[in-house]
Amino acid sequence: MRLTLRVWRQKNAGTEGAMSPYEVDGISPDMSFLEMLDVLNEQLILSGEEPVAFDHDCREGICGACSLVINGEAHGPERTTTCQLRMRSFQDGDTLDIEPWRASAFPVIKDLVVDRSAFDRIIQAGGYITAPTGSAPEAHATPVPKPDADFAFEHAECIGCGACVAACPNGAAMLFTSAKVNHLGVLPQGAPERASRVLDMVSQMDEEGFGGCTLTGECATACPKGIPLFSITKMNREFVQAARKGR
Amino acid sequence: MRGGGRATGGRTLWDSSVGKKTVMAVSGLVMLLYLVVHMIGNLKIFFGPGEFDHYAHWLRVVGEPFMHYEWTLWLVRVVLLVAVVAHATSAYQLSRRDIKARPTKYVHKKRRASYATRTMRWGGIILGLFLVWHLLDLTTGTVHPGFRPGHPYRNVVDTFSTWYGNVLYIVAMLALGLHVRHGFWSAAQSLGVGSRTRDRFLKTTANVLALVLTVGFVSVPVAVMTQVVS
Amino acid sequence: MSPYADYATGEPVADTKAPAGPVAERWDTRRFEAKLVNPANRRKHTVIVVGTGLAGGAAGATLAEQGYHVEQFCYQDSPRRAHSIAAQGGINAAKNYRNDGDSVHRLFYDTVKGGDFRARESNVHRLAQISVEIIDQCVAQGVPFAREYGGLLDTRSFGGVQVSRTFYARGQTGQQLLLGAYQALSRQIAAGNVTMHPRTEMLDLIVVDGRARGIVARDLITGTIDTYFADAVVLASGGYGNVFYLSTNAMNSNATAIWRAHRRGAYFANPCFTQIHPTCIPRTGDHQSKLTLMSESLRNDGRIWVPKAKGDTRPPAEIPEDERDYYLERIYPSFGNLVPRDIASRAAKNVCDEGRGVGPGGQGVYLDFADAIARMGRTAVEARYGNLFDMYQRITDEDPYEVPMRIYPAVHYTMGGLWVDYDLATTVPGLFAIGEANFSDHGANRLGASALMQGLADGYFVLPSTINDYLARHPHADEIGADHPVVQEVLAETEDRLHLLLAVDGDRTPDSFHRELGELMWEFCGMARSDAGLRKALERIPQIREEFWRRIKVPGTGEEFNQSLEKANRIVDYLELAELMCLDALHRAESCGGHFREESQTPDGEAAREDDAFSYAAAWEFTGTGEAPTLHKEDLVFEYVHPTQRSYA
Repeated sequence: MRLTLRVWRQKNAGTEGAMSPYEVDGISPDMSFLEMLDVLNEQLILSGEEPVAFDHDCREGICGACSLVINGEAHGPERTTTCQLRMRSFQDGDTLDIEPWRASAFPVIKDLVVDRSAFDRIIQAGGYITAPTGSAPEAHATPVPKPDADFAFEHAECIGCGACVAACPNGAAMLFTSAKVNHLGVLPQGAPERASRVLDMVSQMDEEGFGGCTLTGECATACPKGIPLFSITKMNREFVQAARKGR
Repeated sequence: MRGGGRATGGRTLWDSSVGKKTVMAVSGLVMLLYLVVHMIGNLKIFFGPGEFDHYAHWLRVVGEPFMHYEWTLWLVRVVLLVAVVAHATSAYQLSRRDIKARPTKYVHKKRRASYATRTMRWGGIILGLFLVWHLLDLTTGTVHPGFRPGHPYRNVVDTFSTWYGNVLYIVAMLALGLHVRHGFWSAAQSLGVGSRTRDRFLKTTANVLALVLTVGFVSVPVAVMTQVVS
Repeated sequence: MSPYADYATGEPVADTKAPAGPVAERWDTRRFEAKLVNPANRRKHTVIVVGTGLAGGAAGATLAEQGYHVEQFCYQDSPRRAHSIAAQGGINAAKNYRNDGDSVHRLFYDTVKGGDFRARESNVHRLAQISVEIIDQCVAQGVPFAREYGGLLDTRSFGGVQVSRTFYARGQTGQQLLLGAYQALSRQIAAGNVTMHPRTEMLDLIVVDGRARGIVARDLITGTIDTYFADAVVLASGGYGNVFYLSTNAMNSNATAIWRAHRRGAYFANPCFTQIHPTCIPRTGDHQSKLTLMSESLRNDGRIWVPKAKGDTRPPAEIPEDERDYYLERIYPSFGNLVPRDIASRAAKNVCDEGRGVGPGGQGVYLDFADAIARMGRTAVEARYGNLFDMYQRITDEDPYEVPMRIYPAVHYTMGGLWVDYDLATTVPGLFAIGEANFSDHGANRLGASALMQGLADGYFVLPSTINDYLARHPHADEIGADHPVVQEVLAETEDRLHLLLAVDGDRTPDSFHRELGELMWEFCGMARSDAGLRKALERIPQIREEFWRRIKVPGTGEEFNQSLEKANRIVDYLELAELMCLDALHRAESCGGHFREESQTPDGEAAREDDAFSYAAAWEFTGTGEAPTLHKEDLVFEYVHPTQRSYA
């Protein structure tokens, strides 16, 4: 396959970026999208240019590092992570636009790499259960109904990649935040901090400069792990209830 | 929990993006309820000037003798004003936050959200402007040449006898339909009553409400234009 | 012959921390004997933790809960992305919830035997004991383990053991456990007890007056190289499987932290013990950047086969039943497709070497679910393996419900690592190694679902108890600062190294060297090793290293975000570590676990262990780049599990 790439190049956070065109040839349809970029980078290094910077690590769809917007879609046309996207999803001769996640809470570090530490701070605000090591009761002391455990798991699957924010026209982090609120909120172990958790996490989310939710559903469509849009609805309910109680 | 003390109730809501959506949902539902009543009242025009004008007069004396003349009406007006202001302020503040949160657009454009979703902001602005015109036209008569207080039937027929009156009204009502269609469902999500199992019901209700309101409101200018009402 | 092969043998090394007495009481005894640090004094101590995986994340959170100040580092943009997250299968624990005869002793026994009698009994027993507490801890944190309809935890059998002791969260157990540790760590970051340094990579260890006192690390965004000081340094930086270029490790997982520590005096134990996982998706071409693991659980229902005839290129459906060789079932009738990983991997290699491999390049064997689908129905297979089948289809574009999967072994885990004693302390006082970064618990082969157990045991329970003893005995270290001559020297060395990498300006990319080294290692230090092959590799590695420093090309500067520079600097260390791995493999002229020496096999081709000569852990001391290292042997004593030849036939 031969492809034309238009890639967002930006030297660092302080400079302006722009799209740069590149040609790659000899791309196998079995390659992952990132392997295709590896080919481009090898080419660039040998020609004395700086390779395109992009975040990636596990390359098996679970670490959440990879984060490219391909032709305007977070993680590209398939519902998966960029690293799991294969070149057979494209046609020979295609032109592909590759851009970083765009949100003011995710400033660009270089090229396609953005700073997602805002997500960490949302978790730090309350996305945990206070259970210091050694304090745990016997695991079977509290049975958890299977539907609740499954519900928790479905939300715990979030990989924190930020595709939801990238896809949202408002740059909102509602899906990310709600996934953690719901994962921990439904479990009996998470109940004592349920109210404070949702209030603190939402407050931190706002402080980071993420937008609000207009329920366009773009986030859930882009989510490689299929976190449902109702996750947000459920968090809204938790929030209103917690706000009523005043803590 | 961090920091100890925490603001309670309303403050927590108003200070957060999620809470503001709750405010929008509640105020929106208040207005929606009013619109349903308003629409039903409008349909009385099909029963002739006598019944329509009588109904309009009744609106001023509802609740008597407990309430004074126009007290109920003003009460409703105050509630509506609060709802409009809360709705518009939240919408303005949330929109500003949203725009700020996404300062750079993607070079490669891709649009996917439904038409109603995308037109919420523009639709809201159209409805706001329409509301001003509508009040000046049929409540105060300020922009209504030959406005006759106490004769709403006559005034309505007047308005819909002009081309611009019809255009403004019909465009606004179409915008209203779209706004309600997404807004009702969206409000349900903001209030946290949506769920996977309830989604179809909510979406159907939203569609029915939008359709009924639009058809109900638009039927009046259409009736005037076609001389069914004159 | 390579001069490197000419190593010296030094004094034996011994674990002086494990108490004597019955193995079941040693951990209690040690915890009692270890000195404690007064809670009021803990806040005066700073501990550096490098890595935020299961071991590092758990250790950072727990040390901070105890009152220490923790400075924690990871190269990723967030501590949540450490590669523990990719573990699929599950975590073992001797809970015996199934009442199927499991016990701490059985888990201990299975692990020592599974490790082919090259692990330390005291450590393994402690691991089995702690396994029980880990599950309690994780459940309390909200880890959503799979549950049964009654609301109790579900378990499954895994990796060929006969009891159901593996707890799991669908195929994402590592992810869920890691997020639990990450959340605990996040709580401590918010509380100010942990200072987190993401996108900051450790490049060297600072040893002052014989004690580990800090690290040199590079801010990967700005390129600033800085020094950080502490009373103790904990390395939780994972394994070194990426020496092979293609592995199931994350792309950026690397050996720099442990290798630099080794260069500063920490012994490196059993570097040649590498686990090759049998069920990975075969590579499709030269562009391949990493290999993807398919959970071992697939072997519970899938049948592995190749054609009986060499070079049979017919599509699998056209190969009749009697022309197929279900070789695992044939050779190992009692365990069949469920033999341990090392055996399954080697068998796959053997049939492929015979020319009976399938798929492009003949580097693959079939894992066939046709019988399972016929027996259980497609729906049941889908419920059990649906997500794995989807993943396979996405990568290969083949439908595993219709066409048998193709699998091939791939480097997955490294049992070797920094030598540590019972306290997880390395030979550099004040330097600890936990999780995959140390060598302690898995011997020559790790059992499935045991890596997560070890990482969390080390991080939550072992290290936070044992490090107290060190800190209590070294209460008031003199303050050192960036102007200390030793610190200046280490810093200058690091800066020089990076400058040199940028200055060469040659004509080969970092990846091209990494790939070359990886291919060499896979060929000569992979699934089967021979004296001649290893000597060849030992000849070749110094040549590659020399060429590397002549021809490497790293664009950009050091004062910016520069991924090529990061990569090249990691390859510098791989090029040294690879040599030690080959030497270790060469010196260990026996087959054990994942280490198979062609010269040491039984007449029917099984691994032959040589307990008389090699019942020890090989701890290597660094003597200089390209210089033959010194071997220190730690004799292994088996008082409870007596070495037998493993038999799975």
